[in-house]
Amino acid sequence: MTFDAPDMDYAGLSPIIALTVGLCVVLLAGLVGRAQRRVVSVLSFLTLGAAGGLLIWQFGETKDLVSGALRLDDLAIVASLIAIVSAAFVIPLSWREEAADDHPGPAGHGEFQALVIASVLGMVLLAMAQNLITFFVGLELLSVPLYVLCGSALRRQQSLESGLKYLIIGSLGSATLLYGLAFIYGGSGSTDFAGIRDGIGGSLVDDPLILIGIALTVTGLAFKLSIAPFHQWTPDVYQGAPTPVTAFMAVATKAAAFAVFARFFEVALGPAVGDWQPALAALAAVSIIVGNVGALAQSSLKRLLGYSGVAQAGYMLVGIVAANEAGVQALFFYLAAYALMNLAAFAVITIRERETGFGDDIRSVQGLGRERPELAWPLTIAMLALAGLPGTAGFIGKLYLIEAAVDGDYTWLAVMIAVGTMISLAYYLRVIAAVWMRPAYHSDPTPEAGHRTLPAMAGGAPEATPDDFTPPPPAVGPRIGGLRCPVIIGLTILAAAATVFFGIIPGPLVEFVEGAGESITNALG
Amino acid sequence: MLSALLWLPLAVALIVVLLPRRFAGPVSAAGALGTLGLAVALALDFDAAAPGLQHVVDESWIPELGVRYQLGVDGISLFLVLMTAVLWAASFAWSAFRVPDRPKNYFLMLGIGEFATLGAFLAQDLLLFVLFFDLMLVPFFFLIGAYGTGNRVRATIKMMVYTLVGSLLMLVAAIATAVLASNETGELSFAMADLRANLLPDGSQEWIFCFFAAAFLVKMPAFPLHGWMPDAYLAAPPAVLALLSGVLSKVAAYGFLRVVLPIFPEATIQFQELILVIATVSILYGSAMAFTQTNVRLIAGYSSIAQLGFITLGVFSLSSDGANGAILQMVNHAVVVVPLFLIIVLLAERFGSEDLRQMGGGAMRAPVLAALFLIVTLATLAMPGSANFIGEFYILNGLFDAKIAFAVVASAGIAMAAFYALRLYQGAMHNPLPAGASSRELSLRDALVLVPLVGVILALAVTPGSVLTRGEASVQDKVGAVAEARDGFEVAKR
Repeated sequence: MTFDAPDMDYAGLSPIIALTVGLCVVLLAGLVGRAQRRVVSVLSFLTLGAAGGLLIWQFGETKDLVSGALRLDDLAIVASLIAIVSAAFVIPLSWREEAADDHPGPAGHGEFQALVIASVLGMVLLAMAQNLITFFVGLELLSVPLYVLCGSALRRQQSLESGLKYLIIGSLGSATLLYGLAFIYGGSGSTDFAGIRDGIGGSLVDDPLILIGIALTVTGLAFKLSIAPFHQWTPDVYQGAPTPVTAFMAVATKAAAFAVFARFFEVALGPAVGDWQPALAALAAVSIIVGNVGALAQSSLKRLLGYSGVAQAGYMLVGIVAANEAGVQALFFYLAAYALMNLAAFAVITIRERETGFGDDIRSVQGLGRERPELAWPLTIAMLALAGLPGTAGFIGKLYLIEAAVDGDYTWLAVMIAVGTMISLAYYLRVIAAVWMRPAYHSDPTPEAGHRTLPAMAGGAPEATPDDFTPPPPAVGPRIGGLRCPVIIGLTILAAAATVFFGIIPGPLVEFVEGAGESITNALG
Repeated sequence: MLSALLWLPLAVALIVVLLPRRFAGPVSAAGALGTLGLAVALALDFDAAAPGLQHVVDESWIPELGVRYQLGVDGISLFLVLMTAVLWAASFAWSAFRVPDRPKNYFLMLGIGEFATLGAFLAQDLLLFVLFFDLMLVPFFFLIGAYGTGNRVRATIKMMVYTLVGSLLMLVAAIATAVLASNETGELSFAMADLRANLLPDGSQEWIFCFFAAAFLVKMPAFPLHGWMPDAYLAAPPAVLALLSGVLSKVAAYGFLRVVLPIFPEATIQFQELILVIATVSILYGSAMAFTQTNVRLIAGYSSIAQLGFITLGVFSLSSDGANGAILQMVNHAVVVVPLFLIIVLLAERFGSEDLRQMGGGAMRAPVLAALFLIVTLATLAMPGSANFIGEFYILNGLFDAKIAFAVVASAGIAMAAFYALRLYQGAMHNPLPAGASSRELSLRDALVLVPLVGVILALAVTPGSVLTRGEASVQDKVGAVAEARDGFEVAKR
């Protein structure tokens, strides 16, 4: 009897293999020796670099892997690269983070970075998934490390709370999604995206099983993407989690989840486009309004970016609603631009969080323009880009999305993007105004302990005038503060510069995402 | 050549950032003079007889989205470009003599502002126009917010939100125009020439027109949409204020002529009366406010609303006389209002207050300043002999032919202009000196900025024909687009 080994396309699987091996190596290396931060980081960069290189090497190819459970095409590659780049960006950000540095055991950095890589692995899987099983496995592999990372600042109550909250809500989302996937399997008789496509008819109105399945799936994905009204966890978790983790969560998760979103709806549910389009359009509109209005009153920058992320997810969803090739391209262009501008913003917040005692409060960036122009400019550019002003990649991204929406006969949704952007100006500009137009806030971060709040007449010392008042040392610990790490500042400036570059010369980025739209068309053909 | 003119201000601004602080002012001013030199060369090189675009630059920019880097200049934009270069040079010079705190950022923003404004006047691709139109706002946000006075942060955010509300809708409208037009041709293009060749059907022209009109009317500002104006004008630093009122408002009026009339002619005819009403009300409201306000900045600010009303009337008279007068008036108002604001600031410095009631006797020891101010005042009230008179005459002439009722009401605006302009002049320069104030002559540095500007006013008064003849052919072309549509309308009615 002969036994045929299954045909394995090792080239196609190589990025996944590289990440898996690297993940184990990083974890183990973290356990060895004392001065491990540098070693571990180098290993992490090698892993991410190898995976990224293997993906770029296969750019433009299209192949089904492991009996069609995964598919390596430009859509998957673009989404994975966005995830990998953001992981490579947040690892240096985490170097001085208490989550990794103050860890009780010796394994801080190793564990932290291994978890990030594990999450990236989940994202790559998810971006490639074209089967309900890999879809779910990828999503869980993405989420579980993030739950842990959110709670990784063990000594901060907020961080633990954030991790727990994310765990509970995230599990709820996963369960909903799994339930929905089961319904879809039940209705179509297949777990393959192509099989589902064949299994469902043109209209779903008389097919309650599939309809329920789609509704639950959308809900589950909306939880992960923080699309309103399933976004309630976002501001809390974003604020509580260590800032590098928040940055990673905000950027990379969106890229991977939107990749599978696009593939699942446009490939598997393509024939029923008329049924899900209005529902997703409504979700997008709600998300744009809720996110932007919610952000208006925030004074914590991380919460502000959390709500802004809700709104931005709404904009991106428009790319899927448009249900055309241009829509998917617009979605990925926007994702790439969003990654750049958000990473720049979060990096500045991380740095200021350690330098001042204000945490992520907006006061921490007040007067930055005068004191630290090298940080003020990246933050300003990031905010202008998020607001979609010309000269930044954010403008081109919005242009792309609006064009796709109008082309897909969703002009009212294009108008919603414009309306949302108007609302958003109020809070993005507030941040810029704090940076450039207000003096630095040199006061005690906790008002009840501040001398300034006690005038002399009320029993305060008369010599405690604002002039000779020196800011208190940061309350968090001696290791934090005075962080002038050139690598982090350099990366921040790089991200901001790229945001401007792609706003003026968008050609390269457009070419980068072009294949993503085409891979949907290829999958259908 | 147009590319050099467009990018030079930005390049200079970026160089200034790299130089030591004390060079910021002189280098920026020199750069602005260089830009002005290029603009003058462009004007001399212009072929007055040719109706179409000249010096066209047409490069692919984002082919996937149908956006091209397309520049050109014709009789409509030529003098607006020249005016932009002149006024920015004045503004740079003024600022170089009074270097603000943190000068590098200031001059960087001023340079970006000039870049964006020139871009808006030169762009021949609809999306490029929208891009520059939006970009124009960003430097002004920083200039007012970081270098202004009083309640500057609130004022600047208010201005941004107000004006971008219009602009973002305009972005959607512009994209919709191109996408809907491409449904016919199969080729996505934002080039204004292509859009004009494939006019949209009636139903979509209307809402798109409304979005464009909203953007332009807010920017001008026109009557019910002017809420941002008083705050921003009170907070802005002098040189920025002059540009805000002198140049930025013109981009909006220009947008009507360049974009709306030729690309949405049918909607233009339909909404003609609505816009005329808004413009007339703006004239009356602006004039009435200008002679009740006591803050000198606001007097000039509200007078701008009235003047912009006149310009809008000219454009929407949909006759070539009216539009031609509107172009002349755009140039006139810009070169008049900039020295007006600068003089007002000088007076406020001398009296220590911006309140007209606390001013007086400014002419006592300052004959040169008084003479300059008088010339500017007389130009503002459109004294016969000034180019403003000819501009308003053309506008009213065009309007009398088209809509006589509006012309009659608008004529009242001219009389009101005489009242508020003279009130401003008398209140500040005549009357007894208030206690503690002194009349001081113009200093040399201010004279260096003001005298050339007033010279431009006088030059225009002598040769208004230079603007009118160059504008004529292009105006015929734009108004002709509407006339064609009107003929089509009447045929359809029968």
